[in-house]
Amino acid sequence: MTSNQVLSEVEYNVVGTRPVRPDGVDKVTGRARYGDDTNLTGTLQAKVLRSPHPHARVKSIDTSKAEAFPGVRAVITAKDLPFASLSKEELGGDYTALKFATDHMMASDKVLFKGHPIAAIAAVNGHVAQSAMDLIEVEYEVLESVVDVREAMKPGAALLHEDLRTNDMGETADTPSNISTHMSYATGDLEKGFAEADLVMEKEYTTATVHQGYIEPHNTTAFWNSDGQLNLWTSTQGSFQVRATVSNILRLPVSQIKVTPMEIGGGFGGKITAYLDAICAVLSKKTGSPVKAIMTRTEVFEASGPAPASWMRVKIGVKNNGKITAVETEMAMDAGAYPGSPVMQAIVCAFACYDVENGKVDGYDVVVNKPKSAAYRAPGAPQAAFAVESLIDEICGELKIDPIDFRLLNAAKEGTRRIEGLVAKRIGLVECLEAARDHDHYKSKLENGTGRGVACGYWPNRGFQSSVVMTVNYDGVVSLIMGSVDIGGTRASIAQQTAETLGIAYEDVKPTVVDTDSIGYTFITGGSRTAFATGIAAISAAEDVKEQMISRAAKIWDTSEDDIEFVAGMISHKSDEELRLSFKDLARQTATTGGSITGRSSVDPSGEGNGHAVHIADVSVDQETGKTDVTRFTAIQDAGKAVHPSYVEGQMQGGAVQGIGWALNEEYFFDDTGKMLNSSFLDYRMPTSLDLPMIDTVIVEVANPGHPYGVRGVGEAAICPPMAAVANAVTSATGNRMRSLPITPGKILEAGWDSVKS
Amino acid sequence: MATIFIPTMLQKLTSGIKKLELDASNVRQVVDRLDEMYPGIKDRLVEDDEIRESLAVAIDGDVAIMGMLTKVGENSEVHFVPAIGGGF
Repeated sequence: MTSNQVLSEVEYNVVGTRPVRPDGVDKVTGRARYGDDTNLTGTLQAKVLRSPHPHARVKSIDTSKAEAFPGVRAVITAKDLPFASLSKEELGGDYTALKFATDHMMASDKVLFKGHPIAAIAAVNGHVAQSAMDLIEVEYEVLESVVDVREAMKPGAALLHEDLRTNDMGETADTPSNISTHMSYATGDLEKGFAEADLVMEKEYTTATVHQGYIEPHNTTAFWNSDGQLNLWTSTQGSFQVRATVSNILRLPVSQIKVTPMEIGGGFGGKITAYLDAICAVLSKKTGSPVKAIMTRTEVFEASGPAPASWMRVKIGVKNNGKITAVETEMAMDAGAYPGSPVMQAIVCAFACYDVENGKVDGYDVVVNKPKSAAYRAPGAPQAAFAVESLIDEICGELKIDPIDFRLLNAAKEGTRRIEGLVAKRIGLVECLEAARDHDHYKSKLENGTGRGVACGYWPNRGFQSSVVMTVNYDGVVSLIMGSVDIGGTRASIAQQTAETLGIAYEDVKPTVVDTDSIGYTFITGGSRTAFATGIAAISAAEDVKEQMISRAAKIWDTSEDDIEFVAGMISHKSDEELRLSFKDLARQTATTGGSITGRSSVDPSGEGNGHAVHIADVSVDQETGKTDVTRFTAIQDAGKAVHPSYVEGQMQGGAVQGIGWALNEEYFFDDTGKMLNSSFLDYRMPTSLDLPMIDTVIVEVANPGHPYGVRGVGEAAICPPMAAVANAVTSATGNRMRSLPITPGKILEAGWDSVKS
Repeated sequence: MATIFIPTMLQKLTSGIKKLELDASNVRQVVDRLDEMYPGIKDRLVEDDEIRESLAVAIDGDVAIMGMLTKVGENSEVHFVPAIGGGF
């Protein structure tokens, strides 16, 4: 039996309902415009020549034959980028950051991963560009590569950047290293905590490099106006992020760049980085024509950012009753070719589900010869949750304590101080655990040969800047303008919050996502921030509209604004019942009372509510082949207030499914030199609907006090528990503990053989 | 007085002191006063007059949106924590 439950605290008129999404019909009928639908007259097609080597010095590049090829309009290399003509002295402290950013887009002196861009061609069509690429002659000096995070940390490992030195919170090491950053936080007395424990367990865990697997590849079209304005149409999670990246690399003022976000065919964090935009811009500048580039699937795998592989050591001490006395972890994540893995998020999230008196966390950001890692849904937290939640399951087994009872005994709640020092505000982990304990899935009996696992997950959720403008039309319909790209239904959820605040129907709000010239700065759609932060911007803009409508009514009724109230979409005189106007009635009078009403708001809100999820997984494992099937799965999550429960359920189910893929199937395979061997969806195995049961959901609503309707983010916490839940279920089914992802049939069989030997 | 939590990695600069109380009305004053007491700590927290990119400063649990200019209340808690972005 599958089910979706919502455990509500407060009901509203529009927030919490399930209207049809404004962009839905266009998307299912093919009318929605994606990046590849941008077809300006005379558009040239761009192709990127990429390194075949994971690590090599670029000795020379000869593009002359390609440039002479019929149909080719321009060829660029790193020499065509502004960085090539800027000196270290000119750039000062910005030198390294700009070199990394520019080299990542197009390599200058070294290539650092297979697929690293080395040159780009604009031609009359893609076939010509592809043919001309073969004529570019590049001389490489192939270098030893390193792709394993722990190998890269060893003294004597091949160095990616000869001048990279470990930064220990502002202190720079003397010698070069692949360890870019080390960070550590601690609380209490670790030694005392472990000494007080009746049981101390310590294990190591690894996870593989995985990709977000969005369906639509990266794409961009660039074209310069004659006045020097650069226009970009692109698939992105953040148009302002693209603008900032291109501004930085091309040394252009941001006001000279207009980015139009097209509809997006998935992102999950992977469409924050701008890979093609600056390349297309330079090619367009050089040719005077629009230039479009679209990655192939192989390019997406090999040259866009996956989630990092990780190594983690976790140690936990507990009393016999299950109370945690101390925790400790070391986590290392591969950042790919340039610094910036999410390991610091990982260490913050690792033990955030628990009330820990004594704890220490250490994180290491490590460069390796892989594509630079990018955000992937709750970056860093899923790997950390896999390690911590697996060890907790092992401890529960040793102590013979129910895994939910153990977690309830130790659960973080309002007032819990986390290891990095912050104190939890109102959170809903306990309520999620109770919902899991009481769910018929958890109470149901397991069939022979099957196993059950549970796990928790945490993601802090974010705020950051958002801008919204809304105009009241003559017919009473509100045009809602925002800069947040709509990935998971935010047109609907922001429109719902607008309608709720104005007391009007959802259908009377018409949301539009606009370009960077048409709205104030808006941070990415990511970090589970949009329904929260852009929602607050919309609520604030709607309040602006309400104030203006009160002012108009005061003019019409020749009375003071203080005598008027705006309640549930009605503007009324407080003491004269005859004086009442509906929102639509007053909208019709805007032209004669001062002109159009426009509400606006730009916010940078704090008050985000932390997100928690609890998952229950049942699996069956074929003892002969080692194949694991997920037979039942329930995702439980505190959404604060689910603005649109269907989309919240979709987020929970999507996170669970991606996590199950991460747990069982997905991984980059590399050969000995670091070349990816499975860069297609045929060989990179993501789960499909045929592989999985329907994911049951329970939305737990513990209102976030930092948002007017109690909204928390929901997009990311959902991907944190599944790997551990599945791994724990496999242990339950087979008796063997799996500490390395993915849990392939081969690993399950090997574990079985090992247990027989021992 | 605001309570300042010293990040673990910087506690060697404060002779092991994990937290202390300071009279400061914004983050800049917190950092400057810490540096007067423990020379060198500012360089570890701040770069080009901004909180280092890898860090965020949190006042009473909320990540400060105005960086060095963020106000610090009389009884506030001030933490320097890892900066966290997001995916989705």
